[in-house]
Amino acid sequence: MDEMDGRRWHDMGGLPAGEVRKDDHDFALWEKRVDALMVLCGAKGHFTVDGLRRALEDMGPEAFEKYTYYERWIAAINQNLIEAGVYSIEELGTRMDAVQARGPSYGEANLQDG
Amino acid sequence: MGERVRVKAMMPPGHVRAPAYLRGKTGEIERSLGAFKNPEQLAYALPASHKNLYRVRFTMAELWGAAAETPQDVVEAEIYEHWLERLPNAP
Repeated sequence: MDEMDGRRWHDMGGLPAGEVRKDDHDFALWEKRVDALMVLCGAKGHFTVDGLRRALEDMGPEAFEKYTYYERWIAAINQNLIEAGVYSIEELGTRMDAVQARGPSYGEANLQDG
Repeated sequence: MGERVRVKAMMPPGHVRAPAYLRGKTGEIERSLGAFKNPEQLAYALPASHKNLYRVRFTMAELWGAAAETPQDVVEAEIYEHWLERLPNAP
């Protein structure tokens, strides 16, 4: 980003980008769920893809380096759901603790929760 | 020939749908795509007004100047009306 011309970090069109990777990749189950969650959020009218993009852009270039694509998506979805009042920070924290208590994998979660 | 337009060169912060590499550049309207809710309001969960969206055609020469490898080739981008300034058509 050029601080002088006001271009924001994500607005990369026309900048040197190096080689384009053309290999395909698989998505983990949780990544597919994040994608599905975004579809549901739009369908239910909580927020639009524009809100998703706004939150992604506001994360800044450090997040782009540090987190994967769907890690950034779930953070942006959460940001919009909090803003939309769908759940509170306190409710989120409580649910995160409950999910964490199930164990680190889907298999272990199934064993405990049936 | 389509109507000549220039993409506004302004650089406000916030969620913007006009890419920086097109701002200040001149192109022509290839077609009108209809009216859509303004994504720059939707991004903040605000009530959004409808804005006309246009497909605008730019030459590589216009975008990249002497650095354009194929100056006659074109880029088409979809730009909302509030980012476009109408220009008099060339004689």
